[in-house]
Amino acid sequence: MFDFAVVTQWVDTLLRSFLPDQAALLVEFLLVGLCLLTAYALIALALIYGERKICAWFQCRLGPNRVGPYGLIQPVADMIKMLIKELIDMNHSDKFLFRVAPFIVIISSVLAFGCIPFAKGLEILDFNVGIFFLLAVSSIGIVGILLAGWSSNNKFSLIGAMRSGAQMISYELSIGLTILTMVVLSGSMQLSTIVESQANGWFIFTGHIPAFIAFVIYMIAGTAETNRGPFDLPEADSELTAGYHTEYSGIQFGFFYLAEYLNMFVVAAVATTLFWGGWMPLHIPGFDNFNMIMDYIPSLFWFIGKVAVMIFIIMWFKWTFPRLRIDQLLRLEWKYLLPINLINLMLMVLIVVFGLHF
Amino acid sequence: MNSIKEYFVSFYKGLKSLLIGMKVTLRIFFRKKTTECYPENRETLVIAERFRGTLTMPHDAEGNHKCIACGLCEMACPNGTIHVESVTEVNEETGKKKKVLTRYMYDHGSCMFCQMCVRACPHDAICFDNSFEHAVFTRGKLVKQLNKK
Ligand code: SF4
Ligand code: SF4
Repeated sequence: MFDFAVVTQWVDTLLRSFLPDQAALLVEFLLVGLCLLTAYALIALALIYGERKICAWFQCRLGPNRVGPYGLIQPVADMIKMLIKELIDMNHSDKFLFRVAPFIVIISSVLAFGCIPFAKGLEILDFNVGIFFLLAVSSIGIVGILLAGWSSNNKFSLIGAMRSGAQMISYELSIGLTILTMVVLSGSMQLSTIVESQANGWFIFTGHIPAFIAFVIYMIAGTAETNRGPFDLPEADSELTAGYHTEYSGIQFGFFYLAEYLNMFVVAAVATTLFWGGWMPLHIPGFDNFNMIMDYIPSLFWFIGKVAVMIFIIMWFKWTFPRLRIDQLLRLEWKYLLPINLINLMLMVLIVVFGLHF
Repeated sequence: MNSIKEYFVSFYKGLKSLLIGMKVTLRIFFRKKTTECYPENRETLVIAERFRGTLTMPHDAEGNHKCIACGLCEMACPNGTIHVESVTEVNEETGKKKKVLTRYMYDHGSCMFCQMCVRACPHDAICFDNSFEHAVFTRGKLVKQLNKK
């Protein structure tokens, strides 16, 4: 299987051959940042296109099909439109916080995005508490959302932000516990190690029942984390116009929009990494020929394919279920998901202790 | 005890109904799409027969229409969209007076397609056809004379 470390090593030696160590490192940082941001923007465009198409198909429509073949240029056109729009300042809003909020949201999502192991040897932030770091940075986003609601001097924004806060804090718990369950199984918090240890079978198969329960809970909580339907109360178009980003326009709104889609990508990617083997091809112990063939598919494709399936499931949720009320939302978390999660964690610990996993 | 039972029952009920919902939407996902790609499918486009497109006055092969210029449609129209202009002719043989339609003016721009005029007409002289491509460059072009002679 192709190891992207070859490419990165090559770039590294090339830079070091004519630059001093510090400068080479600096150039590498810049290059990585550039690649990351490009990937971020491209994935966001792809996701916006995908969302619109999938939403359309769920409603028996065709979706965008006018701009470019199959409407492929549509998100680009939307992006250009968004970039040339005016940035409007609200009267009596807290100007500084108002402007800072979108950056906090997007920085948190870019940081989380940087932790994901995309392919073999293609990890940017990879250290021994990687998954912990990912959890931590992805929750910074909520600060941005609260600030956005608070500073825009609009009661709808404020209600949206408060709801978002309640929702995120509750569901963060579920996400943390499901991730903990999988960390118990893998015995590591380093994302690359987690993926490596799934070489002989993805955790969803080796961890069987508790892993599956954890996966279902993770998907539910992940959907809630990204503020997507059926948990889109912070935005609830019909009641709050757009929730916390009502007052934003132009690229500031674009940041929230991008972050929302990229958070969905991050959630899907973490689900892939923890449960479905990350970039690891499908290996069935004993079928060596089959495993060989699977190895020929590049790891990047495995990763993208699995993430696409996860994203489809999240979109499927959104276009199937009606929006929950705030009390129903909190009841679902505290009365159902949390107890199940705790029992599930217990079950996983027992299974690992007695070696009942495959 | 009862509340515990309720807890589990509601959990399974909820789960089941959610799964049924997801099954339904997945089925719809693969269903044939209903969107019409309009300008491309202009040749094959089927518009329902009863669609109210344009008010027309059908003429037979000799170019005669059934309108007797009674003006009921003009009176029925809530928008003042129709103007019936007529002259009174005297039949030379019998000496009877008779109204004859000269111009039947219909302002498409103010019509709201309520079909009151068609309902009011005692002779079924007017009806709606289903042509719907009405765009013109000036409002004046929307005013049409429906009778041909
Ligand atoms: S459809 Fe209604 S508005 Fe239009 S001409 Fe007939 S009566 Fe008037
Ligand atoms: S179209 Fe019908 S209702 Fe109108 S003037 Fe002619 S006969 Fe009378």
